Amino acid sequence: MKGFRYLEGVATLELNRELCVGCGRCIEVCPHQVFQLEEKRALLADREACMECGACALNCPAAAINVDAGVGCASGLINEWLREKRIPGFTGSGCCG
Amino acid sequence: MNDKVPGFIRWYPAGQGQVPQLSTSLTAADRLGACKARWGINRMHYLVPAGLYAIGAPDAEAPVVVTANYKMSFDLVRKALAGRNVWLLVLETFGINVWCAAGKGTFGTDELVRRVAATALSGVVSHRRLILPILGAPGVSAHQVKRRSGFDVAYAAIRADDLPEYLDNGGRTTASMRELSFNWYERLVLVPVELVLVLKPSLPVALILYLAAWLAAGPGAAATVVAGYAGAVFTGVAAAPVLLPLLPSRSFAVKGGAAGLVYTFLFRLAAGGEGWSLPVTLAAFLAFPAVTSFYTLNFTGCTTYTSKSGVKKEMRLGLPVLGGAILAALLLVTVGRMLS
Repeated sequence: MKGFRYLEGVATLELNRELCVGCGRCIEVCPHQVFQLEEKRALLADREACMECGACALNCPAAAINVDAGVGCASGLINEWLREKRIPGFTGSGCCG
Repeated sequence: MNDKVPGFIRWYPAGQGQVPQLSTSLTAADRLGACKARWGINRMHYLVPAGLYAIGAPDAEAPVVVTANYKMSFDLVRKALAGRNVWLLVLETFGINVWCAAGKGTFGTDELVRRVAATALSGVVSHRRLILPILGAPGVSAHQVKRRSGFDVAYAAIRADDLPEYLDNGGRTTASMRELSFNWYERLVLVPVELVLVLKPSLPVALILYLAAWLAAGPGAAATVVAGYAGAVFTGVAAAPVLLPLLPSRSFAVKGGAAGLVYTFLFRLAAGGEGWSLPVTLAAFLAFPAVTSFYTLNFTGCTTYTSKSGVKKEMRLGLPVLGGAILAALLLVTVGRMLS
């Protein structure tokens, strides 16, 4: 995204080009222009720009994309950890209401 | 669904039934409601009924645009579609905007398929095409929707404002319609609700700080400590997010820490900090930037470009440092107090 880049080397996005059918859905849904089509198959043109929203994987009809999708929100992650640790009385749903 | 829905003009025939025909101009009440929601007032109940609506005089060939039932989303879309003949299919996202609802899955495949059936859409339109916002894609699987409902999904644009151009050029998405942004205004409008949300957890902390500082050093010191803490929170929640591109590093924790150091420097000048003891000065420069850093890190949840893995990494590395800084500050103040 113009003017903004987040940490390098953390994205969990993976593309299996062998499975790709070249439909271009990933290019359509990615808000960060991570994918490109090359020789009728998708290519990770800018993997580091991935924000792990999961749209590409969910919309890939060939299941060629894998990503550990979720919302990167510190409060949400803390709440998730607290829930996992079963802190009594904690049932918060995290961020964004 | 009744004639009390926002923007209702009249009932309009749709297949075997009828749906509300909507106005595309927003009233003062619509604008006030949006402004209140930005400040967290009635935000979780700011919604419209899910279902099918008519904009203009759509016929069986008219496009179907899909959105969420957060009233701000609904208003943005109907306003953008002024002068068009379009069906508006509103999904039940419980008053959450498209992107957050897609992340939660409520703006999702199941709800879309359910809503298409519930509104008998296949009897209203002769084509089989749904126009979705691109930011709805994290919740919707286009090929599953096709398989389960017979409708094709087209992801049109990120912003509702691009819908007219999209419709005019025959349903083609241009590169700019697909590109996210996060400009000054887009960051600024997020700040009010964040400030309101932070009040609840901050007030008890401020109270404890006030009492502790009062007992240790009297009312003057207590007021200074609480003012310093409030300013540190404000810097992290409001100032750092707005100044985001000006702050150093890609890490939000580091950005917040840097903003916090500048803030503490300014606060010390304003609060007559020349008279502070060395331990108190050190404690201020440890604790306030730590508070600012935490709240700036928390803003990752509102940005348009941070990833879960990145935030996890920042938290794994950053939280022990921030906790250590707060602990060290408390020790410094306590030990300094005992020695003086």
